[in-house]
Amino acid sequence: MKNTVDIRDVSKRYGRVEAVRNVTFALPPGETVALVGHNGAGKTTLIKLMLGLIHPSAGTITVLDENPAAGESAARRRLGYLPENVSFNAALTGRELLSFYARLKGEAPKRAMPLLEQVGLAAAADRRVGTYSKGMRQRLGLAQALIGEPALLLLDEPTTGLDPALRQSFYETVQQLRNRGATVVLSSHALTELEERTDRVVIMNRGIMVANGSLDALRRIARLPTRIRLRMADGNREAVQALLDPQERWQTINGHVVEIEAGPERKMDLLRRATRADMAIEDIEVMPPTLDELYAHFLRSQEAVQ
Amino acid sequence: MREIVIIAGKEIQEGLRNRWVLATTLLLLALSLTLSFLGSAPTGNVGVRALDVVIVSLSSLTIFLLPLIALLISYDAIVGEVDRGTMLLLLSYPVARWQVMLGKFVGHLAILAFATILGYGASAAALAVTGATIDPESWFAFGRLIGSSVLLGAAFVAIGYLISAKVRDRGTAGGIAIGVWLLLVLLYDMAILGILVADQGRMLSADALNVLLLLNPADAYRMFNLAGSAGVSSLAGMAGVAESLTLPPLLLVATLALWVLLPLAAATAIFSRREL
Repeated sequence: MKNTVDIRDVSKRYGRVEAVRNVTFALPPGETVALVGHNGAGKTTLIKLMLGLIHPSAGTITVLDENPAAGESAARRRLGYLPENVSFNAALTGRELLSFYARLKGEAPKRAMPLLEQVGLAAAADRRVGTYSKGMRQRLGLAQALIGEPALLLLDEPTTGLDPALRQSFYETVQQLRNRGATVVLSSHALTELEERTDRVVIMNRGIMVANGSLDALRRIARLPTRIRLRMADGNREAVQALLDPQERWQTINGHVVEIEAGPERKMDLLRRATRADMAIEDIEVMPPTLDELYAHFLRSQEAVQ
Repeated sequence: MREIVIIAGKEIQEGLRNRWVLATTLLLLALSLTLSFLGSAPTGNVGVRALDVVIVSLSSLTIFLLPLIALLISYDAIVGEVDRGTMLLLLSYPVARWQVMLGKFVGHLAILAFATILGYGASAAALAVTGATIDPESWFAFGRLIGSSVLLGAAFVAIGYLISAKVRDRGTAGGIAIGVWLLLVLLYDMAILGILVADQGRMLSADALNVLLLLNPADAYRMFNLAGSAGVSSLAGMAGVAESLTLPPLLLVATLALWVLLPLAAATAIFSRREL
């Protein structure tokens, strides 16, 4: 199957600042990808490059079989975009704006109206957007991005300002689109939220792509320790120390809980010994490295290289 | 084409919603009615053709007011949308930048034309209703007035877009727009007048003066309306001027059209290369 997005050796310079340096990745259909990085890491620049709003200084980009900066519009009809801090003309109502955007995409306004309901704006559809709260504008932004069942969705910070229920329904929508074969790019700071919902993570730092892979693959590469928490009946610290290799780091959290940072190859061994009958351990918690930790790790290792 | 119509439609919808259309129409209507009734007071109804008086008053009013309205509508068109972030979203849709520019132009021009035709047309209708006799030549001159007023407005809308596409900041765009208005509408004529008085006709030939007047859309408009028809020019005190100025009306209209096309083309070119 052909890739929805193909980015090859792409660089983008603004004067002397290199916003994106030699980035290469491909996004196949039906994949949900998290684009992760600090502010100024190059996430928004990458999204603008995929939209064709700016031209790459070097390299080639193909989006839905087109060069996005060439000014052709077939690909853009099948693309949905939600900008960071989306804003609309305050004088028009939600319904008017949605039908304007639907017409621009060559979609019948009537067919786009159910989207207002889907994002929970049906009641406010005939109010001016100027009276909307930030969360409501965000939802209108989502509704316009979903017009015409796009094959590629580029969502910049999509869940800011959404309450937990809407957040949930937003991810359900993303899931539906993904099942239909749409590629979804989510750029976000809310890493914990993305963790279980993405097939792949692309980590950017200062314009350089420092990691690209599934969460499992990144965990294998990073070799970060898994944290194991042991709750003991009687604070038996000597027994715990006997369990550990001298180089393993551990700490007591309160009198009864010991947290051990176990490397990937030590993890199973440690668990086996900890569950032996004579250890008097009441409970075990195993926490694999989170996306947050992976992110921090990849940033550190890149900075160490430089 | 479809995209241009959609964008123009949205501009008109916004203009109606935020009262631009209403305010502009009422302003032009009120001023033109005032002028047409006050204007006939000093001359009375003896001999002088009433509509010609109105044309002289209205074209003087238009030169000051319409460029200002046009610049106020247009200076924010690009830089404002970029600033608010709505442009980023719009350009992610299947529209080319020249279509955005042209769509806005059509929309803004429609607002301006509506206000001008309704506002000025009302004073002609009022004269006709109150029983003034208006001959066909005056009607023709009045039609020229409305057409060229819209054209003058279009020129300043285009100039406003050029400012808006070039500048990075809304405040700067507003400042430059006011500066352009002052320069083209007030200072330019004062400077020419000053030169003429100081020069006493030694250096500045009539040809050079013609060129200088063509270089300013407001002057091209003034020459077209005040010196263009015999009946009007005698009223406007331009009869002497009209004889020494050898600019044919068609050239004046062509100049105004160029003042629309060139800034619009330049604005589109700059906007197309602008990075968001």
